[in-house]
Amino acid sequence: MSNAQAQKSVLWDWLTTVDHKKIGIMYLVAGGFFFALGGLEAILMRIQLMFPNFDFVTAQTFNELLTMHGTTMIFLAAMPLLFGFMNYIVPLQIGARDVAFPFLNSLGFWLFLFGGVLLNLSWFLGGAPDAGWTAYVPLSSEYSGTGIDYYVLGLQISGLGTLIAGINFLVTIINMRAPGMSMMRMPLFTWSSFVASALILFAFPALTVGLLLLMLERLFGATYFAVDVGGNVVIWQHLFWIFGHPEVYILILPAFGIFSEVLSTFSKKRLFGYSAMVFATLIIGFLGFMVWAHHMFTVGIGPVANAIFAVATMAIAVPTGIKIFNWLFTMWGGRIQFTTANLFAIAFIPSFVMGGVTGIMLATSAANYQFHDTYFVVAHFHYVIIGGVVFGLFSGAFYWWPRMFGYKLNETLGKWFFWLFLFGFHLTFFVQHFIGLMGMPRRVASYLPGQGIDELNFVSTMGAFLMSVAFILLVVNVIVSVKNKSEADPWDGRTLEWAIPTPTPEYNFAQTPLVRELDALWYEKTHGNGKIKAAEPLDDIHMPNGSILPIFMSLGLFLASFGLIYQVHPVTIIGLAITLGAMFIRSIKEDHGYHIHKEDIKKEEGVG
Amino acid sequence: MDPHVTDPSAPLKGKPSKKAERQLAREGKQQIISFVFMIFLTSIAFLTVASDTIPNRFAIPFILIIAAVQVIMQLYYFMHLNERGNGWTNIMLWTGFFVAALTVATLMLLIGVTKY
Repeated sequence: MSNAQAQKSVLWDWLTTVDHKKIGIMYLVAGGFFFALGGLEAILMRIQLMFPNFDFVTAQTFNELLTMHGTTMIFLAAMPLLFGFMNYIVPLQIGARDVAFPFLNSLGFWLFLFGGVLLNLSWFLGGAPDAGWTAYVPLSSEYSGTGIDYYVLGLQISGLGTLIAGINFLVTIINMRAPGMSMMRMPLFTWSSFVASALILFAFPALTVGLLLLMLERLFGATYFAVDVGGNVVIWQHLFWIFGHPEVYILILPAFGIFSEVLSTFSKKRLFGYSAMVFATLIIGFLGFMVWAHHMFTVGIGPVANAIFAVATMAIAVPTGIKIFNWLFTMWGGRIQFTTANLFAIAFIPSFVMGGVTGIMLATSAANYQFHDTYFVVAHFHYVIIGGVVFGLFSGAFYWWPRMFGYKLNETLGKWFFWLFLFGFHLTFFVQHFIGLMGMPRRVASYLPGQGIDELNFVSTMGAFLMSVAFILLVVNVIVSVKNKSEADPWDGRTLEWAIPTPTPEYNFAQTPLVRELDALWYEKTHGNGKIKAAEPLDDIHMPNGSILPIFMSLGLFLASFGLIYQVHPVTIIGLAITLGAMFIRSIKEDHGYHIHKEDIKKEEGVG
Repeated sequence: MDPHVTDPSAPLKGKPSKKAERQLAREGKQQIISFVFMIFLTSIAFLTVASDTIPNRFAIPFILIIAAVQVIMQLYYFMHLNERGNGWTNIMLWTGFFVAALTVATLMLLIGVTKY
């Protein structure tokens, strides 16, 4: 074992890193890039729909845009951004030095990135996928071009990364908690990340199977979905939504966790009803598996089946309602600070409730025949995803930015950003409820004038512009705030991640912390001397070595995908050989990691 | 330091304590009993098929049920899932089983021609 890591170039350091903090930041950067890309696709669509019979993009391009917007936003923006926060914050919140499997953590990130790049390369190589993010068969199996092959293989690769990340978080949270950090003392963000990871573990296999069947059908002539030879198209819809519905909760639960942290910190109060919040999170995760057919009410699965799934769906409103009231009671009587992070959290409550109410309307299976595939649905899920997940991401970004990057984002610019985004968001999507109720179907490239929806569509597009301006303000904020250095605990935080010096040392905690109560740091501030007690004497810290192998494993699959898409099987074999070779090297090469000596730690911590 | 901290597969040194001995004896007895019981179940399954008097429509679900019993006994007595410290394994195992069973059952009911 070497004593210290040799000095390497910055680029090499980032490419080979297995540090959960650096991987978290890479998730944020990559997710931010895809978020901007998905946003651009949305803007192009909104420009096309600004006027009736408009000729900004062709219908084919429009189909590609709507497919890629949905796919990118769900798989390549929202999930990686949440993973970024989970990676950076969860180990800090439970008092761990890293995740349970640092190498797998890096592999998960690179698989996601290569999958995402593969998917987006389809724009330049014969057209992007055009069958909607749900890729329903037979449209996707028999009537689409190579774009769908990119969709299938890109999602398969990045889905593998997601599954790896989910398992890693589960093991980390179960095994790596600091002494005294019982399950019922975990911060709510860690709890919700835990439940979301369990959902990933149980939901993603359904997507993997579905994509595998579609791949076999498209590339090797299988007939699972071909009706004329005894296949069944509804199987795809079931498999997709058995994954797809839990996916919604995989996105929203970590966001709920962020709001719980932010609202409690900026209300200067302990979270109201902590155990009820944990229980509600578990119930939502559990019920999330029993409602998928509410996406399929109009398929014709029968009235009794529809009724069962309708009732199960409405039942989810109960634990969600518990959460909403707990957040309100957390603020009740608190000393509320209206920071940007907290503004997003407060705005989330009414916005998300509106999405919830339209959700109950859609869950009414009889009425759903009227709403199905109209802009009403589009309005509903954007209220849930933007009003819930995206607000959560922005709130978390402003809250944890000082922890992650050592500087605070400018609050004035942040508030401008918040108000512009809030107004832009409601302007865009509120009117879409009415556009939908008036009968405009979703996923259409244009519409005829004189149906009473021209003005509403124009308003909606204006709102989208407002959101883009707001997003540009955020980017500007990130750049101009760099000099705005922050202390280690700028928000007077309650949880362990604020007990660490800033910038966060690579070993996180010089000594494993001893947790005495929920909101560990706050307890020490009010009952102790404000410093977390140590659970062990200061000693050498064992660290894992970095590795370049994850990139090669992902690159191999990336190459093999091209071989499969264009049926050039030598390339497939070379690609798989690279992946398996990298796995082989990983298996036989002994790697014991290295130690950071306690003298160096003392120097860095400024003690002794 | 206890070598098992760094290498769990290191051979045990010295004699086991009285408590550990009793524990091992109890486990051994349990394993023999469950082994005999499982052989008994297997022979019942065999008899069910071999005998002509038992109709198939009873035999098939019956064998499936005793197969499930065997799997559970295998997991809990031979693979030590009944011991302390396996709480999370149990939770994850049964949740996964529950989700998979729900999925398969629903697909069997919902993708057919019959509408419910």
